[in-house]
Amino acid sequence: MSAKREVKDLQEIMTQLWPWYVSGPLLGLIVPLLLWLGNKDFGISANLRHVCAMWPGKKPAFFQYDWRKETWNLLFALGLLAGGFLAGYLYPGDPVHLNGTVLERIKSWGLDDPQAIVPLKLFAASALASWKVWVYLLLGGFLIGFGARYGGGCTSGHAITGIAALQLPSLVAVVFFFVGGLIGAWWILPRLVAWITGGAG
Amino acid sequence: MRFFFGLAYFLVGVLGGVTLVQSQAASWYRIQEMFQFGAFHMYGMIMSAIVVAMIGVWLLRGKRSLEGPEIKLNDKARTWTRYIVGGTIFGLGWALAGACPGPTLALIGAGWPAYLILFAGMILGTWVYGLLREVLPH
Repeated sequence: MSAKREVKDLQEIMTQLWPWYVSGPLLGLIVPLLLWLGNKDFGISANLRHVCAMWPGKKPAFFQYDWRKETWNLLFALGLLAGGFLAGYLYPGDPVHLNGTVLERIKSWGLDDPQAIVPLKLFAASALASWKVWVYLLLGGFLIGFGARYGGGCTSGHAITGIAALQLPSLVAVVFFFVGGLIGAWWILPRLVAWITGGAG
Repeated sequence: MRFFFGLAYFLVGVLGGVTLVQSQAASWYRIQEMFQFGAFHMYGMIMSAIVVAMIGVWLLRGKRSLEGPEIKLNDKARTWTRYIVGGTIFGLGWALAGACPGPTLALIGAGWPAYLILFAGMILGTWVYGLLREVLPH
């Protein structure tokens, strides 16, 4: 096999949608990999706490610990960034092909047909010209950060690691991720996006 | 040796970042599709990830890790308020933003600057939780 052919194969792999039965097991593999390397728990949102702990000034007791001991997780997070750069920036894939009913519903909020992995009206650099988009992003981020620490984890820590380790608290947390998610997706988001786009909602 | 392990953790992160983007689990659209029960994709991903993780945990438990410590997963505290209230708040944010923390990092790497603002919101939320922790019911 020539080098040219291999590059073409890589390009093909990196621009295609990986089906759930490939991507799911790959994500799940992270749990035993981290345990095997150093008995580390897969939990991405813990890094948000570590970033707060880096603050050199006065800070709440919750952030007063030696974040350097968690360097492994920060390196893992940097890896996520690099992986996103590789897959999303160097080899951007086709726009997302959505379920038709979902697509029509989303369009009724004032969004366009997908042109990338995320809606341009909310996440393109040009969208940041609207203060409403800033409100949307900061509100969503705030709820994620606050909820993840209050609830003791996010998707990686509770839905994948916690349930895999048969932790009942994690199952409860994931059930309520979905309670909040359904309220957000069906009741709040349509109005929020329509407010941003000027669409119907 | 420390360099080797640092690199290894980084590379496991790369695997995660590539997978989140190639599976479109990082896509705002896919998260909405999941919460609108429009496709099996996200459910299949999460469930197959759990199965693989579960087998891995079962095989590794009690063994020694490469860095030295024994492999064990700590039991989570059984106080329910935090999982119910915190979980609901997290879920709200997950649906509104259409991303959770891992995909947010992958999308920043993919060159979507708006996710930096989302990330800043997450830091802010984390900080406010740290401020209110003593007065919140857990």
